[in-house]
Amino acid sequence: MSLPFDLLFLSIATPLAVALILALGLLPKPWATKLAYVGFAVPAVIACCLWWRFSATPQIHTYAFYNAYDTGLSSLGIRLALGLNGISLPLFVLAGLVGLAAGLYAIQSGAERLNLYLTLLLVMQGGLMGVFASVDIFYFYFFHELALIPTFIMVGIWGGRDRSYAAMKMTIYLTLGAMLSLIGLIAIYVKSGSSGGAGSFDLITLRAILLANPLPGVVQKNIFGLLMFGFGILVSLWPFHTWAPLGYGAAPSSAAMLHAGVLKKFGLYGLIQIALPLLPLGAGQWTWVLTVLALGNVLVIGLVTIAQRDLKQVVGYSSVMHMGYAFLGVAAFSIVGAGGVVLLMVGHGLSVALLFLLSTSVYHRTQTFDLDAMGGLARKAPVLAAFFVAATLASIGLPGFANFWGELAIFVSLWKLAPWVTACAVAGVIISAIYGLRAAANVFFGPPTDALTKVVANRPVLDLRWNEKLPALVLLVALLFIGFWPKSISTPLNAALQAIYPAAQSAVSAVVVSK
Amino acid sequence: MNSDLVSIAQSNQWLALTPELLLGCLALLLLALEVILPKKEHNAIPFVSIAGQLGVLAWILLNYRTAFLGYETFGGMLRHSASGQFMRVFFVLCSILASSLGMVALARQRLPKIEFFHIVLVVTAAMMLLAQSNHFVMFFVALETITVGFYVLVSYFRTSASSLEGGLKYLITGALSSAILLFGIVLLYGVAGNKALPGSSEDPMNFVSLHTFLAANPGNFLASVGIVLVLSGVAFKIGAVPFQIWIPDVYQGAPTPVTAFLAVASKAAGFAALLIFAQVFSAYRGVVEPLLGIMAAATIILGNLGALTQHNVKRLMGLSGVSHAGYLLLGVIASYHVPQAIDAIYFYLVVYLCASFAVFGVMTQLAGENDADQELEHYNNLGKPHPFLGTVLAIGLGSLAGIPPLAGFIGKLLVFVAAYQAGLYWLLVVAIAGVVLSIYYYFGWIKAAYFTTLDAPKADAPRVAPARFVLASPMVAMLASLALLSVLLGLYQAPLMAWIAMLHY
Repeated sequence: MSLPFDLLFLSIATPLAVALILALGLLPKPWATKLAYVGFAVPAVIACCLWWRFSATPQIHTYAFYNAYDTGLSSLGIRLALGLNGISLPLFVLAGLVGLAAGLYAIQSGAERLNLYLTLLLVMQGGLMGVFASVDIFYFYFFHELALIPTFIMVGIWGGRDRSYAAMKMTIYLTLGAMLSLIGLIAIYVKSGSSGGAGSFDLITLRAILLANPLPGVVQKNIFGLLMFGFGILVSLWPFHTWAPLGYGAAPSSAAMLHAGVLKKFGLYGLIQIALPLLPLGAGQWTWVLTVLALGNVLVIGLVTIAQRDLKQVVGYSSVMHMGYAFLGVAAFSIVGAGGVVLLMVGHGLSVALLFLLSTSVYHRTQTFDLDAMGGLARKAPVLAAFFVAATLASIGLPGFANFWGELAIFVSLWKLAPWVTACAVAGVIISAIYGLRAAANVFFGPPTDALTKVVANRPVLDLRWNEKLPALVLLVALLFIGFWPKSISTPLNAALQAIYPAAQSAVSAVVVSK
Repeated sequence: MNSDLVSIAQSNQWLALTPELLLGCLALLLLALEVILPKKEHNAIPFVSIAGQLGVLAWILLNYRTAFLGYETFGGMLRHSASGQFMRVFFVLCSILASSLGMVALARQRLPKIEFFHIVLVVTAAMMLLAQSNHFVMFFVALETITVGFYVLVSYFRTSASSLEGGLKYLITGALSSAILLFGIVLLYGVAGNKALPGSSEDPMNFVSLHTFLAANPGNFLASVGIVLVLSGVAFKIGAVPFQIWIPDVYQGAPTPVTAFLAVASKAAGFAALLIFAQVFSAYRGVVEPLLGIMAAATIILGNLGALTQHNVKRLMGLSGVSHAGYLLLGVIASYHVPQAIDAIYFYLVVYLCASFAVFGVMTQLAGENDADQELEHYNNLGKPHPFLGTVLAIGLGSLAGIPPLAGFIGKLLVFVAAYQAGLYWLLVVAIAGVVLSIYYYFGWIKAAYFTTLDAPKADAPRVAPARFVLASPMVAMLASLALLSVLLGLYQAPLMAWIAMLHY
């Protein structure tokens, strides 16, 4: 350890500690808000700092900044092991940045019971940092749930229309997904112990054990199926996506930003970091099921998105649709595909968070999410329009933004799977261009509708204020930075994938050859 | 013959029973104090009871590694084991919590109060004996003491019709289950005492000789019937399907502290007995395992489905408690294959104690004069006037639902890992479905407490908002520490794991 104290632990503990202080009401209100800034800023600063120092840090089994703590379950092979490798680093940074943006946006939002709202967001933030910093798959799951519970509560208390129903549906759906993946993780643990020796939840140990003694094909197939559907529900794989648009439609904007932007990536990250390398044979047997379902995400949900007339629903459905690309990248099961997924996750996380933020800003100015009742906002709020159009272009996947590199790599990797899959996936880009540009055009250009003129007559429309601009800028700058300099992420990512994937893939080809 | 009596007399190590004796003396002291003290001093008696129990707890903890560990006393009636010590601590904790809740609940009633605390102590002592019993006579006497004590406790609010109804139902179903249990014991006694069979014994009701006999006679039909009947009798205690039928009405009718005591201590006593029997009957695994397996699956499904539609929170807690018995049964079955399943059960029980008493504590605080009338809608908006109670309730329910980072999650994880290692895949699928179902009703309750509904209150709605009152500070400390434990054990399990590891000495 080159650092005097464990920054990863600090990045998890700081938001949680601040949340505790806010929950206990130890501070008067202005101070509490100031402290909340600290709670959101520290993880982001630590994330960027570790990103900066990553390549210069010595690595243990592809993990840098590795540290492990015993909490009393070591007899089960569970330890709080924290570390970052090339796959988790980009997502860790994503969690830090989106958390900062969501936090900044929440602090200025003036929500009712702001203290509780910030407390829950901070708990979520702490959980998110933990998810991507965990090397132990038990804690990986544990932190995910820690971040998930506040989402339900936030939807239930501060949500919009149908919040009670939305909160309940999300809770049950996501618990089901989480439970399935938990059983999958337990299965990996138990099976890793079946070849003599104790089982382990530690990813490094698991890799070593399962590489030396690969599990039988049937077992791998079953476990991968559990993980695929469990994680799939959490990432809104078609047709298990129905919670997502409903939930995002009802969720308060900061919660939606954190959930759609970061937390949802948990499942994909789990597939890439855990399921694919540990269960290569299982992955091979599910390839086509996953491909078909993912194409359902891209094409079916893409068309559904075109039909939406509500801005928040468009953003919600589009985030479901883009997850289809990520699943396709997973199905391709190659270094290029997996790398593309990680890049896309970062790009999509930043852009969808930005879109949720901006659509709430649009709502504050127009008092409606109905696309048919808007128009011409660009003349009154040019900066808002510029941000929104940039975010839309990013989410479509235009060069210059982070999403582009992710989608490109995924399309390339799909060609190996089957050219027609690439064709279908590329068709999705056209679909997303249709709904994205149409939404932007409806909101910002053309003549304003009568209804809108009436609303605007009562209160003058202002452009983005600084406290909205700042979080939006954080996200947009990150999008452009990675868009123009993808190497900052792809170099460590590539190194980690090169270290993990070839061994897994050779296991598959060995089986194919022996057949 | 004479020498036998002498050896039995010599094995009467009364010192080994100090905690039980202390509890018994304390119970008598309470009655004596009621006579001696002037009426206005009677309020102090419950405090004497709680202080005495804390003393007993301290005594057990100080003598945790007693010299009797591993020995049989009283002519083989009792066997002092590490798990017995564990359960002693567990039961004293339960009785302290139940007595404290009892003080709150009884303050609202115009009833004699001291007998309540007296009976709780007697029942606790009997539970301790049950967990250490090594002989069917001891087991049955202890079990009946518990059951008779609960008859009185359940119908303690004698002015309330539902309390009396609950008591009657508990009496009838309890008597039925005792009869079934006794029939099973008689069958086993008859078979194991048959001189014609190998391994028959002079004292066939002793668990050790019964175990030897069963091992020597695998597949004896009468013995199998006896085993099934004995397990059925125990299933009544833990509320496993099909012996859960009494639970909703009795839980609703009983005073809330008694409901809590039933839900936690009585269930734990049942599992302590079940773990003993699992070992005694281990030669008949082929009978026990499928029986418990079907029971566990049915218990989890019926418990959760039943709880889904409940509007009365006491019934809801009862039926959800049934499903928890199902998860624990999963652990009992797994204990045949993986030894650490037993640790998982004890972990689960402790976690269940913390979470359940936290929830029941909040329920006791919020109950009105009519203790049976505790509906979900009384919890609407609880979070606003009583943020503390709301938080404790949310933590308790979250832990029962098994949501990380709360302790209930770790408990479920340990049981599920053990079940997976034991290869109980189908039961695991049922358990997962049960957990997902349970989220619905536990979250529905939290939702009622926290998520403000925009519906305008109906004009004729009775008692919608919980009344305002001041919490006594010991109560605050108790609830806060239960909630805190439920959080801390989710994050840092080392102390509890170390305590459980002492089971293996």
